Amino acid sequence: MTEASRRSTDPAIQKLLAVAAEDGVELAWDRLQAQQPQCGFGQLGVCCRICHQGPCRVDPFGEGPQRGVCGADADTIIARNFARMGAAGGAAHSDHGRDMALTLLALAEGHAPDYQIRDVRKLMSVAGYLGVPTNDRPTMDIVKDVALKALAQFGQQTGELAYAQRAPKKRQELWRQAGIMPRGIDREVVDVMHRTHIGNDQWYESIILAAMRSSLADGWGGSMLSTDITDILFGSPVPLVANANMGALSETMVNVVIHGHEPTLSEMILVAVNDPELIAYAKSQGATGINLTGLCCTSNETLMRQGVATIGNFLSQELAITTGAVDLMVVDIQCIMQALGPLTEHYHTKLVTTSPKAHIAGVTHVDFDEHRALDIAKQVVKMGIDNFKNRKGTHIPKDIDQMVVGFSHEYINYALGGMFRGSFRPLNDAIISGRLRGAAGVVGCNHAASCHDETHLYTVRELIKNDVLVVLTGCSAIGCAKHGLLSPDAAKFAGPGLREICETVGIPPVLHLGSCVDNTRILTVLSQMASEGGLGDDISDLPGAGFAPEWMSEKAISIGCYFAGSGVYTIMGGRSPIAGSKKVTEFLGDVLEERLGGRLEFLPDPQEAVERALKHIDKKRAALGLPEYDAKRFGQSGDAVTLKMLEKTDDEILNVYSARA
Amino acid sequence: MSRYIATRAIRGANTVVAEAEALLKAAIADLGPDTPVAFTNTAYFLPVNLAFMGRQIAKLSDMVPALEDAKRLLHPVPPENMWVPYLGETMDSGMATLLAEEIIEGIRFARGQEPQPITWDGTYIPTANFVTSDPMAKAGKRMNGPIDDIQLRAWGIQLVDGRMPGFAALIGCAKSTEVAVQIVRELQQRSILVFLSGSVNGRSIIHQLMEAGVEMGYDTYIIPFGTDTMATIYPLGFAARSALTFGGLKPGMPREILQYNRARVFAFAIALGEVDDLKYATAAGAINYGFPVVADTVIPQILPTGITPYEHVISMPFDDIEGKDDIERARKLVQRAIEVRGVKIKVTEVPIPVPYGSAFEGERVRKSDMRVEFGGKSSRCFEYLRMAPFDSIEDGKITVVGPDFDQIPPEGFMDMGIVVEVAGRKMQEDFEPVLERQIHYFVNGASGIQHIGQRDITWIRISKAAADKGFKLEHFGKILYARFHADFGAIVDKVQVTIYTDKAKMEEWLAKARQAYTHRNERLAGMTDDSVEEFFSCTLCQSFAPNHVCVISPERLGLCGAYNWLDCKASNQINPTGPNQPIKKGTCIDANFGVFEGVNSFVQQASHQAVQDVSMYSIMNNPMTACGCFECIAMVIPEANGVMVVSREDPSMTPAGMTFSTLAGVAGGGLQTAGVMGHGKYYLTSRKYLSSDGGFKRVVWMSSFLKESMKEEFKAVAEREGDPNLIEKIADERVATSVEQLLPFLEEKAHPALTMPPLF
Ligand code: SF4
Ligand code: SF4
Ligand code: SF4
Repeated sequence: MTEASRRSTDPAIQKLLAVAAEDGVELAWDRLQAQQPQCGFGQLGVCCRICHQGPCRVDPFGEGPQRGVCGADADTIIARNFARMGAAGGAAHSDHGRDMALTLLALAEGHAPDYQIRDVRKLMSVAGYLGVPTNDRPTMDIVKDVALKALAQFGQQTGELAYAQRAPKKRQELWRQAGIMPRGIDREVVDVMHRTHIGNDQWYESIILAAMRSSLADGWGGSMLSTDITDILFGSPVPLVANANMGALSETMVNVVIHGHEPTLSEMILVAVNDPELIAYAKSQGATGINLTGLCCTSNETLMRQGVATIGNFLSQELAITTGAVDLMVVDIQCIMQALGPLTEHYHTKLVTTSPKAHIAGVTHVDFDEHRALDIAKQVVKMGIDNFKNRKGTHIPKDIDQMVVGFSHEYINYALGGMFRGSFRPLNDAIISGRLRGAAGVVGCNHAASCHDETHLYTVRELIKNDVLVVLTGCSAIGCAKHGLLSPDAAKFAGPGLREICETVGIPPVLHLGSCVDNTRILTVLSQMASEGGLGDDISDLPGAGFAPEWMSEKAISIGCYFAGSGVYTIMGGRSPIAGSKKVTEFLGDVLEERLGGRLEFLPDPQEAVERALKHIDKKRAALGLPEYDAKRFGQSGDAVTLKMLEKTDDEILNVYSARA
Repeated sequence: MSRYIATRAIRGANTVVAEAEALLKAAIADLGPDTPVAFTNTAYFLPVNLAFMGRQIAKLSDMVPALEDAKRLLHPVPPENMWVPYLGETMDSGMATLLAEEIIEGIRFARGQEPQPITWDGTYIPTANFVTSDPMAKAGKRMNGPIDDIQLRAWGIQLVDGRMPGFAALIGCAKSTEVAVQIVRELQQRSILVFLSGSVNGRSIIHQLMEAGVEMGYDTYIIPFGTDTMATIYPLGFAARSALTFGGLKPGMPREILQYNRARVFAFAIALGEVDDLKYATAAGAINYGFPVVADTVIPQILPTGITPYEHVISMPFDDIEGKDDIERARKLVQRAIEVRGVKIKVTEVPIPVPYGSAFEGERVRKSDMRVEFGGKSSRCFEYLRMAPFDSIEDGKITVVGPDFDQIPPEGFMDMGIVVEVAGRKMQEDFEPVLERQIHYFVNGASGIQHIGQRDITWIRISKAAADKGFKLEHFGKILYARFHADFGAIVDKVQVTIYTDKAKMEEWLAKARQAYTHRNERLAGMTDDSVEEFFSCTLCQSFAPNHVCVISPERLGLCGAYNWLDCKASNQINPTGPNQPIKKGTCIDANFGVFEGVNSFVQQASHQAVQDVSMYSIMNNPMTACGCFECIAMVIPEANGVMVVSREDPSMTPAGMTFSTLAGVAGGGLQTAGVMGHGKYYLTSRKYLSSDGGFKRVVWMSSFLKESMKEEFKAVAEREGDPNLIEKIADERVATSVEQLLPFLEEKAHPALTMPPLF
């Protein structure tokens, strides 16, 4: 195995790794290598730097010190570190949601003229959840109230989050009983930060429960609002065909790449690249036009809604630069490596940061302001066009895959029956009958320590082979897209029952639900499945599981926690950040399952992860009294028999009354 | 779906919508935009467009926006590769197809081309159709077209009480005429309505049945709608209307109406022969209702469930069905279709040489087809059922006392008496008339046998065909034995049948029977609401009208006319947890209005709180609710200080300004509306008929159908009311179809209502 194939399964990336090596530039993998050996205390999570008396380290072998200066033990230190990670992740998601709400408010007040309301139906349903009256009111009044109510969710101090009512009744009751019903989005983050200050909460159980609550405030609060408001502003996704991987870069056009998370900017860039004046300008600079592509979740946003190609996920970002074909990379927030700064100095790419929250030292910054969104977008795109002439040699890999994207939960509902009969009934029926063994979500990042995309692919392929319908978000979705798993053709890799469902509905066996904040769509789907009937009455009754095989960001911890807290068996891949505490590990596992029905586990072995998930799914099936999964019973529907018969018709007289040879 | 089906259905949908558009344009150009459009005898306009889009199409120009609805539901055909999902899109295209097909049929009506006349050689044998006055239809020279509201309501009760489990739409052309007949017979034997449409290469199952001489029409449950696929819209319109009629749903509630059908209307389609684009598109429309499709050819199967409760599309290539011949294969095809829809059907094996099932109840035996008749003009016939001491009879013993009919010349007649003796631990003398009345239905179920009347006015005919197949007198006994055990096994343990043709014996038993009839009449007359402690509920109709409950007392029968107090009592014995529950009257809150504590609390609970109080004897004050299968509607005419009563057989305009069909929309759905009430025909003769509002004397207008068909009964009522000419003082549609015409008539006749205390 070559070094390149150890680093990534993606053929485009493998080619570009060679280019980078030749160019002598340093990449994430190299820096990881340079970090070796990484600190064992830090890896186990038993290092505390919360106050200035630290760093304090607990000896995991029980020989050295067992307590920090203040007396904190390993359980407390680990719980605090874990809780803070989750709080930071939730803060990132929710702050993104807040910005979406602020954009919505600016629009309602007439200060964001470049935006509009694209999905009025969604606006009305969100208004319903937030208790905003809609009868006979001008749309903009409703928009304003929705924005204000949404913003109020962030600052709410007491009571319950409005969106918690979207969870099954039983789930809400469990949260109340466990004392983790979120009160306000920001409050829960602050609560964790305060609680984990030196000399405060020093019982791992209450710390972890607080972490659960702040994560739920993300999943059922900040992130869910973000998804909803994004849909209102830019439209709820419906299926589209789109391209994935570096092959989507153009040799002849100006390549503009968007990277980061917030669609407020990327959607405007999309408008800008279609501006006839700018296109003409690009042509005047020797290009044939402007080609927009994306990376990470901001790419997922424009991919889901407008089919803008994605060229890769987290670990692809540096390699995109090495193609020498990216004339402009515009970034906003989250998951943007600082390494892009020095790297773009080595290549011709113009890197522009835009978020007041995300500068990079030495990199051009254009402050994005939703009041003048399109002007700014045009200004930035023009920088890329101006940069086109600086291209030297390009190495664009030809690798490209097609995919079908755009599965909002609204569309899934429609897909399963149309305007009049849309419901989750067919999905529930499929699980009840055993055509589908269950459903699983595979989400999350790339991690430089695991072969790029490999664990995502393994997990997803194994699941669909076992008739488990898979939904994806974030970098996981992009990873699978690059390997053709999001095309309807991928049904051939699925088990017989899942294949039947794919053929019936016309879906791929793996559904792309959106960006990382759109994990909330999964929560909505799960809630609807639970309320549709026949699969119990809570999310934890459903035969399903969640995976984040290559996670690395703090947001992933928040996501893992809100899924576990919502009743899902959630398996995170790679090294465990809580390995240093048996008690915390047990608490997030068995104890959580007992109290909330879900569990959070860190399992480095992907094979074991899939096996455990399938076992869990079968356990849930049994508890629901569903028939035991048996692949052999299914697979009789579909076009194959008919198509075979029709093939013969050329020379034989067709007997439509017989399928026999 | 499958991509193949999706492709063909979506293509078909696009084609038919385009066709509808072209036809509409031409029709508007030829006839003008204001040309009226109407289906026959219905208050539901074009029912599919009404139900799903809330559009009332009354003239050609109304179709323009309706067609836009259909267009909005269309989608492009999925490509060969990288297709986006197509299931929801196909369902919508299916709906677009239905809207467009109905528009096309509407245009054909406007042009006078519907119901389709039969343009090829031959006619079919239509059954006695009690509504049509169309000579073409009577002569079997045209297709049926849409089903009348009247028929819909008449079938309603059979659909709810399970006598008629559902309907099958047969679309296309069977492999052979033999197969066509067999499929239809299989369905008839299970009392499933058979709806026919479509053709393959110009040949339709309707042609096949015509050639085989199969009687078609409402009474045999076989309805020929038309020889093209479009005509399938009529059964689907029928299904949509059933939700509006019985389910209390409103136009423009597509989701609810479709869900109602999925849950409550047991229907399925069998696609016979090759399936073309339009058939796929129409099938997609039917799947929206939750109706599955079974094909007898090779087509892709769609086995996952959800939109339909069971598999969506099944392919059973006819030649591949295991079976010794096509007849057996046809039988298996029908069985599978029934399984797929999940219809539970109890078939009672009746060991006689002719087919048996309630679909044969409506068959007539014409004089020229008749082998022999009993009763009628030239001979006497009676039937008598009595309870016997347990040890005095022998179960299953069937005796014919006297000669069989083999000596009678063809088309001849003879006397006969049928005496049924039953015994059982739970049997009561009160149940004798209840069981005896069943003889009519039981005997009629045999193909080729016609039974009319009851008691000593029974009139039975045996057709030549039945006689040729070996039908003998003892077979009446076999039928009765099998059916009484199957249907009333909970109250009868032993059944013995004796058939008397011997003159002396027959006379002897006729005298006994007449004695019993008189005794029963007296007993029934003495049975009043005051003389019993409990009434009965009937919630049979809740399978269709979820909040409706009938309260049935000795003096007020169910509004469908099918259940009286004794029936309910017997039914409760048979099935103690069934739809007929005893209601303790409890304290009488108001004797005049007929308000009882027990009745109120029962109704509150059984109507799921929709109805709080019920007056048994008033139309003005909390009248009883109605589902949809009432025989009559009574409505107050304030100007006349009285009420009018229209029967469902009467299609004419009434002084209320509405026809029966339109009024039914006001009266049905399980809602209480003061001044309007659905009721059974025989309630009219009850002493308690609107007794708190002044009684029968309040009736100022009544459909002539009622007057004629219940002449004797009304004569007695008039006597009772002390006004022997009362019936002549009541107007009918022949003299008044408006208040303006009604009032002078009443004044001229000095109708008593005019001088009664004001109703308001
Ligand atoms: S909080 Fe306690 S354990 Fe952490 S650094 Fe300070 S003294 Fe050490
Ligand atoms: S999945 Fe992880 S790496 Fe990818 S964009 Fe989301 S947070 Fe960043
Ligand atoms: S008595 Fe009433 S509830 Fe019962 S079947 Fe007749 S109409 Fe329906």
